[in-house]
Amino acid sequence: MRSRGEISSFLHELPAAAKLLVLAGAGTGLVLVGSLPVLAGAFLATLLLYWLAGISRRQAFQQLRPLLWLLVLLFIVQGVWQSWELGALVVLRISTLILLAAFVTLTTRTDALIAAVESALTPFRRFGVNPAKVGLAFSLALRFIPVIAQQANDIRDAQRARGLGANPVALALPLIVRTLRMASDVADAIDARSPYSDHSGDEGELPPRFVLQPNTSNARMSCNDAEPQLKT
Amino acid sequence: MMTTIEIRAVHQRFETFEALKGIDLTLNEKRIGIVGSNGSGKSTFARLLNGLLIPTSGQVLVDGLDTAKSGKAVRRKVGFVFQNPDNQIVFPIVEEDVAFGLKGLKLPAAQRGALVEEVLDRYGLGPFRSHPSHTLSGGQKQLLALAGVLITRPDCVVFDEPTTLLDLRNARRVAKVIAEMEETVIVVTHDLPLLQSFDRVIVFDQGRVIADDEPNSALARYVERMQ
Repeated sequence: MRSRGEISSFLHELPAAAKLLVLAGAGTGLVLVGSLPVLAGAFLATLLLYWLAGISRRQAFQQLRPLLWLLVLLFIVQGVWQSWELGALVVLRISTLILLAAFVTLTTRTDALIAAVESALTPFRRFGVNPAKVGLAFSLALRFIPVIAQQANDIRDAQRARGLGANPVALALPLIVRTLRMASDVADAIDARSPYSDHSGDEGELPPRFVLQPNTSNARMSCNDAEPQLKT
Repeated sequence: MMTTIEIRAVHQRFETFEALKGIDLTLNEKRIGIVGSNGSGKSTFARLLNGLLIPTSGQVLVDGLDTAKSGKAVRRKVGFVFQNPDNQIVFPIVEEDVAFGLKGLKLPAAQRGALVEEVLDRYGLGPFRSHPSHTLSGGQKQLLALAGVLITRPDCVVFDEPTTLLDLRNARRVAKVIAEMEETVIVVTHDLPLLQSFDRVIVFDQGRVIADDEPNSALARYVERMQ
């Protein structure tokens, strides 16, 4: 997701809806295309997009790293059982798709993405779909991926400290329990933090307390004595 | 604006466990501390104050509004800062998370941005407005959680153990912010020095109020009880 300090390019400024549409089209196209040179070209074109957007090679590689072992495994299995060409084709297709999807999130504000999703889902209101709730779910998924990953690391560390080896069940059970407990708190927090919304997407009139006041005596008071630092 | 919260004959049961046993209080001071041992009912009590929990029996009235009947209206008056800010931050980017409190309001984008900027600057989070929220330190996350509540402009803010998960430096930072807030503040905490300058401290034990006084007397009673 975009953060301050990243280079802002014309690709960053494109509308989120357009990027999502192109992503959907490219995703479909990549699945239909079976030509190795075309897929290699698509992969290179994606890397060119990263370069044009000013995203570093390291950051681009980070998008693929979590799935690297899976890509290697796929390449070997396809190569041994089918052909090495098919292996390369599958790996190129998946890598390009991942990079393209990551490119959209890296160059688009989350609220713009959510607004685009909500807008796209508006016609489905008549079938009972609540676009605002889907948008909120989308945002929560993006927000809690790093939190749950951190919890998985904490559990793994705790198990290592107690001499337990890598056991997927021993990791999954406490992680599920923690996540469910957290979900209950998050639901309460959403309720407590959005007193003006019923999550239907409708907007009400502005109450008088929202008239913007000039800085009061306690404005800018808290952290100037201790410069906030990002966690390293 | 000073908020008055009336708690009338409140009992709170969770299946067979009775967390609160007949609480009668009127809260109308600017700074109120709530202390008690683990399981004493203090966090349950805090959740009753903005309608996150509805009492099994009895009534909680915020400026005359019953939390059981007017949940949204009550939550506009009383904000709630949870113990773990990670569970309270719901958007991946700092400024987007703060803006979440404005959801449902007909606000032009410029005014929305100005309100977000005002509250972020108030807590020194301005330089991080476009950062992913998970990259903030513990203290910054707690301040972000507070900013996310204050943007809704509540008259009163309830904190559930705001310094428990923080190191000494961050705990002091958050304590300073709480001390300087203009809003009415109700703090549930184990951090007794934080309450020294408060107007009133209420001590809970086994679901009952065992002391309700100015900080020195109430805290002395609490410490005595814990020995």
